[in-house]
Formats: sequence, structure tokens, C-alpha cells
Amino acid sequence: MQPFEYASPKTLKEALALLGGGWSDAAVLAGGTDLISLMKDEVMSPKRVVNIKEIAELKGISKTAAGIRIGALATVDEVLSNPLIRASFPALTEAARGVASPQIRNMGTFGGDLCQRPRCWYFRAGFGLIPRHEGKDLVAEGDNRYHAIFGNGPARFVSASSFGPALVALGAKIKLASPSGTREVDAEKFFLAPSSSDVREVDLKPNEILTEVIVPATAAKNATYEVRQKDALDWPLATASVALTMKGSTVASARVVLGHVAPTPWVSAEAAKAIEGKAVTAETAEAAGKAAVAAARPLSMNAYKVQIAAAAVKRALMAAAGVKA
Amino acid sequence: MAPALLEQPAQAQTPAGVLGPGAVPVTLTINGKPMKVSVEPRETLLDVLRNKLDLTGAKRVCDRGTCGACSVLVNGKVMYACTILAIDAQGKQITTVEGFALSGGRPHPVVQAFVNHDAQQCGYCTPGFVVAAKAFLDSNPNPTYEQVKDGLGGNLCRCGTYIGIRQAVLEAAKTMKGGSNA
Repeated sequence: MQPFEYASPKTLKEALALLGGGWSDAAVLAGGTDLISLMKDEVMSPKRVVNIKEIAELKGISKTAAGIRIGALATVDEVLSNPLIRASFPALTEAARGVASPQIRNMGTFGGDLCQRPRCWYFRAGFGLIPRHEGKDLVAEGDNRYHAIFGNGPARFVSASSFGPALVALGAKIKLASPSGTREVDAEKFFLAPSSSDVREVDLKPNEILTEVIVPATAAKNATYEVRQKDALDWPLATASVALTMKGSTVASARVVLGHVAPTPWVSAEAAKAIEGKAVTAETAEAAGKAAVAAARPLSMNAYKVQIAAAAVKRALMAAAGVKA
Repeated sequence: MAPALLEQPAQAQTPAGVLGPGAVPVTLTINGKPMKVSVEPRETLLDVLRNKLDLTGAKRVCDRGTCGACSVLVNGKVMYACTILAIDAQGKQITTVEGFALSGGRPHPVVQAFVNHDAQQCGYCTPGFVVAAKAFLDSNPNPTYEQVKDGLGGNLCRCGTYIGIRQAVLEAAKTMKGGSNA
């Protein structure tokens, strides 16, 4: 790890004043579960680290007129155990449960989950978001078993966020603050598929801090289903988050969002179309799962993810509708 | 070397509250005792415990917040010491395995249960498991086997002694309810 300056401001205003115009000027430290590893591997070597954990206004989970406000510093464990979230947004509770390490749940924050960098091993080895070396496309020609099965490139990493797909399905708003003011971004537009290694994979500028997320109140039935290789701490192979607006026992409208299959949470209009106007049964859910992966374009080593993604969609739909397998 | 390189460069004005990158004096509260130590901002709590404070119970294995060998309690919650900056740990109650493994010369019930169940092979992951198991039992005093499995999901044992570890934790739960070392 390279040396850096450190500050631990008590207010958002002070923290924003300590950030810079470039990514190498300063990095924001919350739970540290991503940043500290990135600094150890010298994938990021900021001149200054600004700890935001002492900033009270970024903490907490509360009910507001618009829905539920989740502060950037709410830990994964606080999300998992929060009764308001469990009652309205089981898609978020289940996403939190998928982070299957008590240590990471105690340390990692909601905002950090959204801003964490991709886990692509070429990126983590310093080859950038769109890794090339000696003329080779490292992902296409190398080991791509955990890479994307959707998207037109050039980015082939998968979005690492556990909460992203559920927030996109639920139509959440992400709030960002900079020295010049605040702005709000739809969760769906926050995640980006970069066209070069110089561009970030989220809509965040070096002088901004993600402050909170507003999940709008909804009657939509929602769920997340995650497939991992093992029960304990592991990255998902594929996930699906769904939000279903019901009319009686029929799905009036659906949002189906896959995770860990593309550089962003992947909205499947095809799966939504397949389930809309129907009751959720094992058969209709399976058909929607198949529709979700019809356009998948796996790489040389990850065709296995296609079936897993389809199963995740099927099971998330059944969980949301309360249909037993 | 050109003389210009030896001269102190003009320092940009450092904003108030900014520390480092050189060593900074800090006080860490470890196992109930305040300990003064000088750390660079980039030093992890794990490295400071092991290299500067002679507390080597927490182990450095993956050093990337994945394996659990460095587990410590921070304000009673289990965390990875390899992924906490020491400077960030000021003002918090840090408990290492040394802080509770022996109490009045007697092993903590979790430690005794690990011995009873031979819940290790090489033993390198054991202190991390003991810390994680204590934190788990503090908030889940009457767990099922499945809950123990989930509750220790942040620790790895490459020798594969999970079965013995889980049995030990179940036994410790019974012992601790018996009040021998609650």
C-alpha cells in the first residue's frame, strides 16, 4: 500500500472540501472492505483517504414521505435486520443475506456496495476495466468464467453490487453530494458500462459522495434470488431481483433485473413481458426465466451462467409471488 | 543526486484535520487497555496488533477480508482486522482472542469446546474462528446447527475441520448457558 494522508471529518461539508478533482487526489473510505484491498493491490493509490464513518448525517435507515431512506453508511447488517425494509422490500433483505459473511455485513456499507469496483481479476491485477495486454483482449482470450453473458462490450466485467439489481427493480433514487450541491440519479442510470478503462462504471465524480438512497413506497411484491457456488462468503454467479405489481393473482406489470451477468444490473424487458398478464406459476416463471436469457451471449468459459441466470429469474418470481416450488 | 531533489519542496497548505502520510501517534483501546502507538495512516489494525503490540492471536492469511483468520471484535462486532486502518480504530473497543481466551486461568467455554472436539488440524485459522464463534454466541445464545454454519460463514479452514468447529460451537452454547463463563 502506498502512503496517504488521512482525514476523518465530522460533517459532509468538511468531507466534500477534502476531495479533489481527480480520482488519484482522494478516495472516500467507509467500510473499507473494497477500498483497502484496492489500495493494497495498488489498483488505487490515492494521495488522501477521507474517512466518512464519523458523519452522522450519512447514517441510519428511516421512513420518509417518499418511502424509505437508507443512509450511505447503513451497514449491510443494518439493512438485513431492519424491519421496515423486511416488511416492504424483501428484495433488499435477501440481497443483504446474500453477503454471507458476518464480518463483511458488520463492516460493509450500503453506499459502499453501490460504489465498489468490479471484481474482474484482470481489473484487480491492474489491467483496467477493459483489460488488454500485448494486443490481446484478456477477457475474451483468457479465463472468463465469472464474466458477463450480456452486453455488447467492450466492457465484460460484471457489476459487483449486491443491492444494485433490487434498487433498479424498485425504482430507487440515489443521492449524490458535491461541493457545488446535490443531485439525484435513478438507480438504473447510476450503473454504467464504460467504453474505455478511463471511464468509471458508476455515475459518480471524484468530488462527489453518495449520501443516501430513497426506495419509493410501493405495493409491488418483490424478491431477490442469488445463486452462489457455496453457502458461505462467495460472489454470486447470478442473481435476479423482481418487483411485481399485481392485479388480483395476475401480474399487471413487472420489473425483472439480473445481477452479476453484465457490467450493470441487467434489466430484462423480455422476462417482464413474458410474465405480465399471467399468474405466477412454476411454468410461467420458468418461461420468463428462459425469455430473460434468450439474448445472452456467453464467452468461451461461462455458458454455464445462462442456465443459472434463468433459474434465478424463475425462483425470484416465485418467491415474490409466494408460489412454492 | 541533484541538490534540488534534496531540498524540501514547498508544502501545499494542508487542510485542518489532515494527518500523515508519516507516522501519527494514536491510542487504541485493546482488550480494555489504552495502548499508545505510532502508526502511518496506511497501516492496518492487524499489522499494528501483530508487529507493534505483540498481539499475534489474529493471523495474517489472505490479508484481503475474505478468510477470517484476522477476526477481532470492534465494539462487540466481529470484523476483519486486515481491512481496518489502525488510525480508524481509535475510540473503539477492540477485543482480540487474547482478551477473552483465558479468564482467571480457565479457558473460555468456546476455547474449551474447541479442545474437546479437536476442532482444528493445523490450527492457524483457529483464533479467528474462536473470535467469530464468541461474537456469534453473544448474539445467538441458543443456535441450531444451520445457524452456526451461517454464523461462521466469514471464516475459512483449509484443513476442512468445519464439522468439529460447528459441534464445538453448539457445545459452547450449552456450557455458556450453564453460567460457567457467561
